[in-house]
Amino acid sequence: MLPVGLGHFLTVSAILLVLGVFGIFINRKNVIIILMSVELILLAVNLNLVAFSGALGDLSGQVFAMFVLTVAAAEAAIGLAIVVIYFRNRGSIQVEDVNLMKG
Amino acid sequence: MIVNIAFYVFALILLASAAMVVTARNPVHSVLYLILAFFNAAALFLIAGAEFLAMILVIVYVGAVAVLFLFVVMMLDVNFAELRSGFQRYMPVGAAVGAVLCIELLLVLTGWKFAPDAVRVSLGTATPPVSNSLALGEVLYTDYVLLFQAAGLILLVAMIGAIVLTHRDRRTARHQVIAIQTERTTAETLELVEIGLGVGTKTMGFFRPKPETLEPASTHNDPDADEVVHGGGGHGGGGHHAPEIR
Repeated sequence: MLPVGLGHFLTVSAILLVLGVFGIFINRKNVIIILMSVELILLAVNLNLVAFSGALGDLSGQVFAMFVLTVAAAEAAIGLAIVVIYFRNRGSIQVEDVNLMKG
Repeated sequence: MIVNIAFYVFALILLASAAMVVTARNPVHSVLYLILAFFNAAALFLIAGAEFLAMILVIVYVGAVAVLFLFVVMMLDVNFAELRSGFQRYMPVGAAVGAVLCIELLLVLTGWKFAPDAVRVSLGTATPPVSNSLALGEVLYTDYVLLFQAAGLILLVAMIGAIVLTHRDRRTARHQVIAIQTERTTAETLELVEIGLGVGTKTMGFFRPKPETLEPASTHNDPDADEVVHGGGGHGGGGHHAPEIR
């Protein structure tokens, strides 16, 4: 069982998730900071999974936290590779400049 | 008691550094605050009893992902001051969305209580009295082995994708084509030339600087030299055909 109350963990991870979403919104131009905010959000998810795993005495939460970690690492690698080749082609990483496909 | 104090200290540092990640002026500082946030999250994992995940978080995130971010931030020559120009403009929208999300989560947290039989319906077995790594391994390699393989596949695809995306093929680069190298035979590269005794020594003479006048050098029109070249070509052709006959 957890030495600290489950509610404390959930509060911390909720604030972390809000900070991540807030970061995406206030750094609308910088792709790298947006990627870091996504990492923060995934960290909040991991904290939730681990806290529930500890509170319930069930290891499945930690296993799933590990898979979330794997996917987050893969996502960071691919995202940064895309940023690098975009910068190589256009000389800028502004999100507003990414309009070649007129989406 | 000490655990409580440690929890609050680590949680405070985690949240403060997370706030600095999204508001720092310099992206390099952002990455460094992200590393600090990961360290403190690892400490929270330790308090929650997930020792293996805490170590994995430090190794994978701080050792690989954060360093990757740092490399990219330092490698790209971006005017980061310009990227922050809309900071004030986006602040109200971001604050509104954050406030809405925060209120929703507060409602969830305050109105939330444990289902009484939630422990009994848990998917896995109860935590055995062994170390966390051993228990995790026993679950991971038996019940979740397919998911484990899928995670490995995801990492492989990410690795190949990142390499394919960022690999630049320069025109001037010298490539090694292994098929051509292994297909080479001696007959294609070397040839046996029969040269008569003393042929060519007449025309070679000695080397000297070219005279300034543009008159053609007499040695190139020498019939003896032509004869030598033709002889060599004839023998070279014979050398090329030899392996096909064989």
